[in-house]
Amino acid sequence: MTAPGLDCRDLVEIVTDYLEGRLPAGEVERFEAHLAICDGCDVYVRQIRTVIQLAGHERPHELPRLVEHLLPAFRTFRRGLL
Amino acid sequence: MPSTATDEALLIAALRRGDETAFVTLLQRYGAPMLRVAQSYVRSRAVAEEVVQETWMAVVTGVDRFEGRSTVKTWIFRILTNRAKTRGEREGRCVPFSVLIGEDEDWDGAVDPERFGHPAYPGHWSAAPSDWRTLPEQRLLGRETLERFRDAVHELPPRQQQVLVLRDVEGWSAEEVCIALDLSEVNQRVLLHRGRSKIRAALEPYLDDVAATALEAVA
Repeated sequence: MTAPGLDCRDLVEIVTDYLEGRLPAGEVERFEAHLAICDGCDVYVRQIRTVIQLAGHERPHELPRLVEHLLPAFRTFRRGLL
Repeated sequence: MPSTATDEALLIAALRRGDETAFVTLLQRYGAPMLRVAQSYVRSRAVAEEVVQETWMAVVTGVDRFEGRSTVKTWIFRILTNRAKTRGEREGRCVPFSVLIGEDEDWDGAVDPERFGHPAYPGHWSAAPSDWRTLPEQRLLGRETLERFRDAVHELPPRQQQVLVLRDVEGWSAEEVCIALDLSEVNQRVLLHRGRSKIRAALEPYLDDVAATALEAVA
């Protein structure tokens, strides 16, 4: 499929600008018009959204050691404070 | 629920009184992303941990000087990045601002250019991506996918890693990331773009496989 004025190759480079709401109004229309008729790009944008969704589920779990180290230091400091 | 601003003002007030719960709350909120940001500036995990610990001590001892002109988050991260940068420079691992994009020498576009070799329409997909909507949620968000995601993040150059983690893992706004990492709005967006594009590409073979298997199971 093809759309006038915007190649798929170009679209994949402005997808972040689009998702960030940083495309100028005319460009948004062009972008969305392309998506409407191009399955490949439509799927591509969905994939990027999936990656973002995935990232939101990736919670690190490395805190215990930090708390362990820092709490004693905090308590020492607080004793000085009180 | 109090707004973030009220909530943070209360936390800061409590921290000034030496309140341990306030300290632990802030630590839980920002400790993990701080460690990640620090790690992308210095060589070892141990040094990153040191930098984070020093930062917390600076936060606790400097909390009386915090004037609330920035958010607590950006205040803490500015202290962190300054310290991490200094340590990184001492280690000879600084990433000068001017070569932000240069740290990414092999960047060849968001998608392999060969995939846009459509015979009739140059610049259009010849190898289009596959639909991942058939992916069952428990596979998409399963342990294996998340592990692959983490590996892909680790492969990113440091600045892309920082931006991607703060924006997409921690859910920060673009503006907050710019302030905390001392980036221009445009650079922030370029780094985010490259990071997201590369992670998509890294996950593609695996997720394509899972999606295809899921589809076969239905058929």
